Amino acid sequence: MRPFLRYVSRNPTLGVGLSMFLLLFLFWIIGPLFIDVNLARPLSAMPDMPPSRQYPLGTDTLGRQILPVMLQGTLYTFEIGLVAGAAGLLIGTILGFAAGYLGGPLDTFIRTSADVILTIPALAVLVVIASSIKETLSPRTMAGVIAMLAWMWPTRTIRAQVLSMRERPYVEIARLSGMNDIQIIAQELLPNLLPYLAASFVGAVAAALLAAVGLEALGLGPQTEPTLGMTIFWCMYYGAILRGLYWWWVPPMAAISYVFIGLFLISSGLDELANPRLRRARG
Amino acid sequence: MTLGYLVRRLFIFGLVIWVGMTLIFFLPKTVPGRDPVMERMLMLMATGGIQPEGIQQMVEAYRAQFGLDQPLYMQYLRYLWNMIRFDFNYSLAQYPTLVIDLIRRALPWTIALLSVSTLLSFAVGSLAGGLLGWPRTPKAFHYMLAPFLLMSSVPYYLVGLLLIYLFAFRLKLFPIGGGSQYGTLPSFSLAHILDLLHHSILPAASIVLVGIGGWALGMRGMMVTTLGEDYIILAQARGLSPRRIFFWYAMRNALLPQTTSLALSLGHIVSGSLLVEAIFRYPGVGSLLFRAISGFDYFTIYGVVFFIILALGLTTLIVDLIYPLLDPRIRYHRA
Repeated sequence: MRPFLRYVSRNPTLGVGLSMFLLLFLFWIIGPLFIDVNLARPLSAMPDMPPSRQYPLGTDTLGRQILPVMLQGTLYTFEIGLVAGAAGLLIGTILGFAAGYLGGPLDTFIRTSADVILTIPALAVLVVIASSIKETLSPRTMAGVIAMLAWMWPTRTIRAQVLSMRERPYVEIARLSGMNDIQIIAQELLPNLLPYLAASFVGAVAAALLAAVGLEALGLGPQTEPTLGMTIFWCMYYGAILRGLYWWWVPPMAAISYVFIGLFLISSGLDELANPRLRRARG
Repeated sequence: MTLGYLVRRLFIFGLVIWVGMTLIFFLPKTVPGRDPVMERMLMLMATGGIQPEGIQQMVEAYRAQFGLDQPLYMQYLRYLWNMIRFDFNYSLAQYPTLVIDLIRRALPWTIALLSVSTLLSFAVGSLAGGLLGWPRTPKAFHYMLAPFLLMSSVPYYLVGLLLIYLFAFRLKLFPIGGGSQYGTLPSFSLAHILDLLHHSILPAASIVLVGIGGWALGMRGMMVTTLGEDYIILAQARGLSPRRIFFWYAMRNALLPQTTSLALSLGHIVSGSLLVEAIFRYPGVGSLLFRAISGFDYFTIYGVVFFIILALGLTTLIVDLIYPLLDPRIRYHRA
């Protein structure tokens, strides 16, 4: 713990980003003790009420209380991003290692597929998939749908790293000392890739969240569970801004910005960890 | 630029379009047991009071027309053939209108909005990033730009919502949405052009404001690398003015990799701007898609998505083809 804290004090960006998420976790843990999440359902309160003692963040047109919606919404939205990002990273790591380490026609195939699919805007393809299963979308299925198109960037970056590491002397020595490919990958390459994997993970989660919130704001999210993006969609649908219901659209907007800025800070912090040369440049 | 490069690049373009079409054909089919058009018809039956026999006939006609009674590979070939001829069929929500006509009407709006705002944010952001990496820049500038750097991670449409609230709802400086004054006919008069500009400033601003930070970050990194090069030291030793070194020696060289990232981030920009159009009810492709999704208009969804894939593939192709003209070091004769 000590060395970690000392490092974070030298890398304040990472520190601020991580503490933002620590706060969010605290909200998820402590929140349910005071907030009844059942009030996030429609018709659980008077509609369109401004913030008051009875309704801490007010209520929306459908009679949901905004505060419990925020508690559940951040949780669901983050779950989608985390699951989809993790799945994307897992697929990307396997493909990246296969391409970078084994090489040959397999490498050409994986690299070309990743490059070609990267040129296709993921959100557009996701819109087609999600709109054909709109009624049955749940946070889980959304995560699955997004994961289908979340593996290309991790594949690319990990392949490039593996490619440059494969030729390093320590890998050569490991090979000469009789380790097989699996051992080399597990014991020599993976540990050295950890900072990159961490950075790719944060990137993948951010991309998955962006896709999830975007789909939801288009109305293509879970229809029954309250998520942040769906809250934005309902705000647009019921004209919350033009009706002056600021307590409805400000919280989801602030929450989405909070999550993205936190991830952005963590990823720039990790960047510095992964590429120590950047430190000098910022001096 | 060699002929071989051109052919190879065109082949990749074709590959991108084909893979895109294939993905949107097969991926929805991996989800079990759904027939969207059938459901839409059933919904019509439930809400519209159409006779069930009529619906049954419509469904049969639909199945026959799209060859849904044929094997999957025949459906797939037929779909590919229709797509490349831009035959997306009728819009389900606005029945007698063809989807391609809806797209044709929306496309100029989107192209105008996106090209102007993307180039503007690229230019402003790159200049700002260049200044961030330049040692003589006053500290105050760094603090000024910090909010933009943070904002670069936030989706465009959130900034758009804020702009609507501040400048359209509160201050009433700009219209709350739409592409032009309701009821006006397009003409080349000054008043009409000003009206169009007036309506597009807020949507464009939300794309530009978010974009600046990203370009600035990329450019700062490139600038720092470039400033370490020997030719910069030589230029300083020759006693050239800092302004000349900044623009003609550092910026020019640092800009090249930025152009590559411009091509790479086009997809991101287009996806983000779809929602900006939707929240401003700007009459472009994004609003069309948004309305199609709410109205279960699957043919329009497919048409718009195919057009987005096609447009992005084309733009990437063009950027890739002009890149060697910008950077004479790149010859592209290596595979």
